[in-house]
Amino acid sequence: MMSKITPRNDNVMMGLFAVAVLTMPIWLMPIGASYPDLMQKFAIFGIFAIGFNILFGLTGYLSFGHAAFLGVGSYTAVWSFKLLSMNVLPAVVFAVLVAGAFSFLIGFISLRRSGIYFSILTLAFAQMSYNLAYSVLTPITNGETGLQLAKSDPRVVDALFVEAGAGIPSTNFFGIAMSGYGGFYFCAILLIVGFYLSLRITRSPFGMMLKAIKSNQNRMSYTGLNTRPYALTAFVISGMYAGLAGSLLAVTDPLAGAERMQWTASGEVVLMTILGGVGTLIGPVLGAGIIKYFENIFSAFNESILTSIFSFLPDGLQDVVVSVVGLFVGEGWHLTLGLLFMIIVIYLPGGLVEGAQRIRTYATKKREKKSAASHQPQIAE
Amino acid sequence: MDEIKKGVSRRGVLKGGTALAAGLAAPTFFMRHAFGADFRNNPGDSSSVTFGFNVPQTGAYADEGADELRAYKLAIKHINGEGDGGLLNTMQPLSLKGDGILGKKAAYVTGDTQTKSDAARASAKRMIEKDGVIMYSGGSSSGVAIAQQSLAQEMGIVFMNGLTHSNDTTGKDKRRYGFRHFFNAYMSGAALGPVLEAEMGKERSAYHLTADYTWGWTQEESIKNTTEGLGWQTANAVKTPLGAGDFSQYITPVLNSGADVLILNHYGKDMINSLTQAVQFGLRDKQVNGKDFQIVVPLYSRLMAQGAGENIKGIFGTTNWNWSLQDAGSQAFVKSFGQEYGFPPSQAAHTCYVQTLLYANACQMAGTFYPPEVIKALEGFEFDGMGNGKTLYRAEDHQCFKDVLVVKGNDNPSSQFDLLEVVQEVPRSQVEYDASIFGGELGPYEA
Repeated sequence: MMSKITPRNDNVMMGLFAVAVLTMPIWLMPIGASYPDLMQKFAIFGIFAIGFNILFGLTGYLSFGHAAFLGVGSYTAVWSFKLLSMNVLPAVVFAVLVAGAFSFLIGFISLRRSGIYFSILTLAFAQMSYNLAYSVLTPITNGETGLQLAKSDPRVVDALFVEAGAGIPSTNFFGIAMSGYGGFYFCAILLIVGFYLSLRITRSPFGMMLKAIKSNQNRMSYTGLNTRPYALTAFVISGMYAGLAGSLLAVTDPLAGAERMQWTASGEVVLMTILGGVGTLIGPVLGAGIIKYFENIFSAFNESILTSIFSFLPDGLQDVVVSVVGLFVGEGWHLTLGLLFMIIVIYLPGGLVEGAQRIRTYATKKREKKSAASHQPQIAE
Repeated sequence: MDEIKKGVSRRGVLKGGTALAAGLAAPTFFMRHAFGADFRNNPGDSSSVTFGFNVPQTGAYADEGADELRAYKLAIKHINGEGDGGLLNTMQPLSLKGDGILGKKAAYVTGDTQTKSDAARASAKRMIEKDGVIMYSGGSSSGVAIAQQSLAQEMGIVFMNGLTHSNDTTGKDKRRYGFRHFFNAYMSGAALGPVLEAEMGKERSAYHLTADYTWGWTQEESIKNTTEGLGWQTANAVKTPLGAGDFSQYITPVLNSGADVLILNHYGKDMINSLTQAVQFGLRDKQVNGKDFQIVVPLYSRLMAQGAGENIKGIFGTTNWNWSLQDAGSQAFVKSFGQEYGFPPSQAAHTCYVQTLLYANACQMAGTFYPPEVIKALEGFEFDGMGNGKTLYRAEDHQCFKDVLVVKGNDNPSSQFDLLEVVQEVPRSQVEYDASIFGGELGPYEA
């Protein structure tokens, strides 16, 4: 993002990012995305993508099974709600720890290989977890129906402090309800913290080591350095981010389903990262936002909305335009996303961040030319 | 490199950033409660109310979803007094006047559940938080329906279930804010039992293939209870993943199991695939234990019958409603649906249409959109003229009780839609049960 990497520029970026995230309810209003559920999704999948980028963007390992950690985080959080307390703090902490442990196991095995073999191994593990959650582990995961809260859950910690109400209690952070805006600010603050951590990791010697692994792992090995502990640490950190995102999904909506672990969900985070810009700090968050926006807003456009949008056109033309545009919205939103993805990958392999950089370079060049042009007469003198 | 040079201290920036963030966040925290609405999405003085229609537009149940959406649009038209009025002409007792609800026009928004709980809830939340719907509805998968129904309770917005057949929807997982007009697996079993006994006798051995989620589980249980009550054996019950596509690995073992009846607890495209494969494997031409091998599909729909083509001929099952019914309500609905879209409606369309009208009517009856009052108006509401004869919305579990149809795949269809032959209209009294047998709790009126 920034032209030069200095602590000062990093701090400015951090500040801008924090302000942008926290003011989402205001600047998302014109594009119809400023309702709590979608903003929660922006923040949550932003966290997921940031974590994924530490592994993929920084270390160069493409994992195709990250949704497994997301799912594990969700299940852990819901179980914490069921057994311990509706307070989100233990849920988030346990989810991060369990997802970390789980990713240590999978990472320990998968990282014996690199490149495509690593991707396939992680994909296999994720698909295995998905199928386990779907069928064999039904007592823990409630299979296809999904794990839900029930009024009869023990909630041992809550039972000590408060009398049970008439309905199922809702999740809270020491009294602040976690649905609606409360939930959004909770996720948003964790997103900012997550972003800051990833910034520190990128700038640290450890981050340098990860970049070295990405650029040439063989050379690293020839210098006598064992790269595996570093890669494994990156894998676990990234798994913990995914677990955090998973737990936040459960925090804002206390339900966990197996479909969260499906390979399509793993693919989605890869798309988010590539769309925004692999290896950049801000890119994955952007990508996550765009994909979630498409999924929730574009998919909801129906014929009557389109008709009212294009009502300024003459009748015959309006019908044609509505039926053509109709292919790309509503149930066809995948088509639009696919096209956008193709365009980005072909023309901007560095994602949206590369696009922004190109625009900036173009602008500066123009300015330089201009100033060069104004200087010319002096030279002629 | 000037990296060591100090600009503004990091601590300073962080402090400033936090203060700024808190300042920006504060007004939104206070604003939240400033609008003084007495219940969520109160239409207040606005001239319209919005309904949310959340149906599967992609995935295994997409055909059903498309038909449901057609029915919803038709219902909105009729509520607003457009078109021929449909069931508003036959429904008894009726409070709606064909000029909207309580003087407000009905509008709608749509969403795609993708037949996934997560996506369905995200879509429903968009409707509630962004579009301000006063009620939402939709269906085709019980797992998704249950997930949406519990969201309804959390949010305090009424959810009218569309097509969902699991016992759990109005049993173990029932909610005060969820209502179901559709019948359930228990009723299928109770209605199917006597017919199976008459057609296939008392000495049979059944093999179940079951979709592995809440609906499949409860249907398998209900049908098993019925058939075992008749004296049948249960050879085996195998769970298959939802949307499996290829069922050959599950059908091959049936041949060697000694079973002479295959019960397919599948729905939608799954049922089309499993039935087609079972027929291709020659199951129906086989003789086992000296009897003809039979296939039963406990939950039938015309859309599935269309998909399975020739293979459904002579196969027994149950449905909630069929367009060939001759009562005034069914006829009126088939007529206005046919005029609008050019073909007869499915049972999914019927139940969704009726649910929308019932909700609108309850608001009119209650004289308010305040959910607890609307819920009380629906609870114990008895009506007629909507197909299926006299129907009761039972207050204890929000389940409708009405006649159930036992049907058979038509041997000589007269048209591409005339696929199901109604074997018997099983009266309501035969399928009723005690509300307490499935457990569960409705929860409070105030969400």
